[in-house]
Amino acid sequence: MSRLSEAFAGGPALVCFITAGDGDTAANLDALVEGGADVIELGMPFTDPMADGPAIQEANLRSLGKGTTTRDVLMIANEFRARHRHIPLVLMGYANTMIRRGPDWFVDECKGCGVDGVICVDIPPEEDAELGPALRAAGIAPIRLATPTTDAARLPAVLDGSSGFLYYVSVAGITGKQQAAIESIEANVSRIKQSTELPVAVGFGVRTPEQAADIAKLADGVVVGSALVELVGKHGVKAPEALRGLTSALANAVHSAR
Amino acid sequence: MSDQPNSFRNQPDDRGHFGDYGGRYVAETLMPLILDLEEHYIAAKADPSFQAQFDDLLEHYVGRPSPLYFAERLTEELGGAQIWFKRDELNHTGAHKINNCIGQILLAMRMGKTRVIAETGAGQHGVATATVCARFGLPCTIFMGATDVERQAPNVFRMKLLGAEVVPVTAGAATLKDAMNEALRHWVANVHDTFYIIGTVAGPHPYPELVRDFQSVIGKEARAQMLDRVGRLPDLLVAAIGGGSNALGLFHPFLDDTEVKMLGVEAAGYGLDGDQHAASLLGGFPGILHGNKTYLLQDEDGQITEGHSISAGLDYPGIGPEHAWLKDTGRVEYTAVTDDEALDAFQLLCRCEGIIPALEPSHAIAAVAKCAKELPDDSIILANLCGRGDKDIFTVAEKLGVEM
Repeated sequence: MSRLSEAFAGGPALVCFITAGDGDTAANLDALVEGGADVIELGMPFTDPMADGPAIQEANLRSLGKGTTTRDVLMIANEFRARHRHIPLVLMGYANTMIRRGPDWFVDECKGCGVDGVICVDIPPEEDAELGPALRAAGIAPIRLATPTTDAARLPAVLDGSSGFLYYVSVAGITGKQQAAIESIEANVSRIKQSTELPVAVGFGVRTPEQAADIAKLADGVVVGSALVELVGKHGVKAPEALRGLTSALANAVHSAR
Repeated sequence: MSDQPNSFRNQPDDRGHFGDYGGRYVAETLMPLILDLEEHYIAAKADPSFQAQFDDLLEHYVGRPSPLYFAERLTEELGGAQIWFKRDELNHTGAHKINNCIGQILLAMRMGKTRVIAETGAGQHGVATATVCARFGLPCTIFMGATDVERQAPNVFRMKLLGAEVVPVTAGAATLKDAMNEALRHWVANVHDTFYIIGTVAGPHPYPELVRDFQSVIGKEARAQMLDRVGRLPDLLVAAIGGGSNALGLFHPFLDDTEVKMLGVEAAGYGLDGDQHAASLLGGFPGILHGNKTYLLQDEDGQITEGHSISAGLDYPGIGPEHAWLKDTGRVEYTAVTDDEALDAFQLLCRCEGIIPALEPSHAIAAVAKCAKELPDDSIILANLCGRGDKDIFTVAEKLGVEM
């Protein structure tokens, strides 16, 4: 059983996102794990994060402003894996930073660093050849996004060749902004689950333990990003304590939802 | 599109790829929408009434065909090849941008969209978009980098006069690429009713193709006008390149005329040896940004770098994917011209021809000046005068040390 499938096997999982190179990332990641995160999503900073709202845009700029490189991101992943053998680690980011030295270079490095999955925001199934084959050959999960605009006709294409889990983006929009109505999430998640055995994690706009608990009742995972990233921006080096607090509240809500 | 087997005019393929370039690198939320756009565009192309409406507006609203003009005094001054200009600066709104906006607003209405968004750098595309939105009564929001809002105050006022809402974008470096990021973010959140009018031959498929098709009116007219006036095709076409829409509009109808050479002119800013330029093809590397794979100004980690050009319209870190393909195939040659060379060419055209060109085509004119001297006097160069210079007089005055 892979680390990812194990993380979703015991009931709803909490997936926590922060941006690599923003604040003391190693300490922040440890705080997420201590707080009870089941899956870590590590954002690769990019100058042009087109799908992200202000909170994560600012995190990207803070990280790049400190001179974070792709090698630094991989180093953070590698050290995380050395400290935490069992927590799945997923890299999330944009295509250009992933393919700059060629997909094989990136995938080899990910493999070497113990990365379990990769979410590339701007490679839809239509352009899978860019990164998908290399990921699958290395046994790293290409994790795709489905959205409210992904209709029944299109869903099979999104699912084809993806693994790990399916990331359901609950609102047509950018990260950290609106929250979707729970009815709409319920309808879409149940529709998606009829088409796949993959765990379905729901994200975008999830900020509070209450929201997380509502979603955990009907999905396999809950993704929280902007709310955590804002804490890193607000508290700087003191962020670990704040992150541990919010993560712990979210984890309790998610794990006791069912 | 051509049926010739070895045509340069049969791109992109059905997945929107121009060789290795182009494609649809967008977030899943947008995928269904751009597939829908593609479907509607294919239907519109096949519908004679769509083409008829487009042609009618270009003739009576934009003022096409634009003249083909023999620049007699400039030819004498430079000595060498005959220099001709396609006068797209005489279009309504003063640049070629309006051709594309007419096409896209017709498409927007055909798709039942009720509001329009666009990005703009120098403000020309924003003005052209605001213009067609006023003409058809659609509300319009223009995203513009906050830095550009300050630098291009007259165009901001024009857009507002035309009824557009101008949103200053403070993210990133607050210039054109950031405006495009913000427009894409807004579009993702408003896909149900909003049409995004992209201003150049870039973005996800089918934008590079449809913008090129709408702008190809430039080359189609020029080709017919040349044959009519001189009885033969020109030896060399020259056009400036930011995203590349005026150049492709001129070049595309000539791509299979093997005797016609073509030269695209990028902005070398302070020079290609440093990083203060906007020459994606000559100084960049292939990568993925804003929905397409193409040459980009970027560092070794794939982070996008900020270009520089005296011309705000050329100051974009990418380039249309068809240009990337035309460069690799060798069909079009690309060169670059510095700020200073463009400024000289700007003044040269003012003095010799009584035409104040925009700083964008001033780059093309600088390249023409270099080429003309090396060609015999019976050869013909045709350059695209894609915009007029009213908007640039403040920038030029500042550069020349003149207080206004």
